[in-house]
Amino acid sequence: MEALTSRAKAVDRKPMTFLERLYLWNILKGMIITFSHIFKKKPTIQYPEVKRPFSPVFRGLHVLNRDEEGRERCTACGLCAVACPAEAITMEAAERLPGEENLYREEKYAAKYEINMLRCIFCGLCEEACPKDAIYLSETFAPANFNRKGFVYGKDNLLIPNPTTQPEATAKAKGLN
Amino acid sequence: MSEQLFKVTIDNITVEVPAGTTILHAARQIGGEVAPPAMCYYSKLEGSGGKCRTCLVEVSKGSEKDPRPMPKLVASCRTTVMDGMEVKNITSPKVLDARAGVVEFLLINHPLDCPVCDQAGECHLQDLSYEHGKEETRYEFQRRTFPKVDLGDKIQLHMTRCIMCFRCVFTADQLTEKREHGILDRGDHAQIATFIQKNLHNEFIGNVIDVCPVGALTDKTFRFKNRVWFTKPVDAHRDCENCCGEAQLWMRGDEVFRVTARKDEWGEVKEASNGKTGWICNTCRFDKKEAKDWVIDGPSKINRHSVISQGHYVGLQKPTETLPNVLHGRQPKLLMDIHSVSEVNKQNIELSALDRPAHSTDFK
Repeated sequence: MEALTSRAKAVDRKPMTFLERLYLWNILKGMIITFSHIFKKKPTIQYPEVKRPFSPVFRGLHVLNRDEEGRERCTACGLCAVACPAEAITMEAAERLPGEENLYREEKYAAKYEINMLRCIFCGLCEEACPKDAIYLSETFAPANFNRKGFVYGKDNLLIPNPTTQPEATAKAKGLN
Repeated sequence: MSEQLFKVTIDNITVEVPAGTTILHAARQIGGEVAPPAMCYYSKLEGSGGKCRTCLVEVSKGSEKDPRPMPKLVASCRTTVMDGMEVKNITSPKVLDARAGVVEFLLINHPLDCPVCDQAGECHLQDLSYEHGKEETRYEFQRRTFPKVDLGDKIQLHMTRCIMCFRCVFTADQLTEKREHGILDRGDHAQIATFIQKNLHNEFIGNVIDVCPVGALTDKTFRFKNRVWFTKPVDAHRDCENCCGEAQLWMRGDEVFRVTARKDEWGEVKEASNGKTGWICNTCRFDKKEAKDWVIDGPSKINRHSVISQGHYVGLQKPTETLPNVLHGRQPKLLMDIHSVSEVNKQNIELSALDRPAHSTDFK
């Protein structure tokens, strides 16, 4: 039969030589490899102090975006919810009242918006479906929790801080500082 | 005149239709992709059609007696068939190109606010532009805008979205005794309007919502409540002294979010069981928003390619819960009741009961 790879090595069934039968020599060979690793670069990092950079395509916790005037971009069109394969997103829409123009970008907005992080699989399809650039997956994890309750994220958890009233908090949320 | 059947070939499929049938109707008898799309033509409304030009087809052979092709593309909703006529719809690149141009023209002033619009998901213009339109617009100018108008207390008119199909004007003219709205002004300034914002008081005026191919006329009692694809359409009926009482309910759980007339595969109001067109009255449409008002016949048939059919699992067989059998009848422990945590779909806030859109005050 033709070999599947050119690097295949036939099993060597020759009787062992005297040096090999000594056994100690082979131990020594192994130990040289082991101790040579002391002088090599460590691949581990000290996690809480040092963090690895996220990949630019990392998909973490969701963020509901605001526009440059601080108005919510989401118009509750439901495309994220219909795109969601895990059915994690639910929302309730409302009509903007006169006087709320500084809060919501469009005449319709999401009065309630919830993502169940227990269901979410962080696939990012909601981000792709969004026609209004309203939902983004950030570079953070969902923090651990002892209760299931803590994983249902409402608008108070998801909305990015208002850039006009809380510029520092927004910059921090965007990871700019 | 005796019943004379004309042989007409549309996209190489031959049908026999009675004399006087339009090409569009003949194509609809074949069905499927052969039927040209129609934005303004409505078979249930007399005199409709001939305005939007989306149903343009090429007649490659006029008739058996005069086999010359027609010089220009013709509107299939207004052109009647001749014996031996040969029509090209999707097989003609000329037609497809012309249709893409028509779609581009229809979309010139359309605001494309589909994420906000309640018609999204069942909008004919949306389907048309997906199937026949181009991907991007070449239009660089300001789109025509109009302020929002309330036609009566239950109908909202977004003139910005209107494509001037005149269907609603024909509906009001033919279904009601006194039409109070029509087209004002001409050309680019033309608009559907009730002169001096006159209210429409008529038992059947709600049907203008159903005939509107876009989201220009929408139901205010459903406005922004839910997206159509999250509601489940069911056929239902009730005894109504005004209309046939056969309607389609758009439900979520036990809540009736919207009531519309039943539609056929062409998006037109279906015939009711009494043989007449199944227009429904305003009482059925706007006031009967409780499940107990209706006798539910069963889920409506929705085309599997429609977004409305998302989450409808036909023939779903739920597996039997084995845990109670194994645990001697004990139910499994529920670790979290989603209603105790979730802010959405609160039991004490019934949005479907409001006859206006929800506001921030409703969620306090």
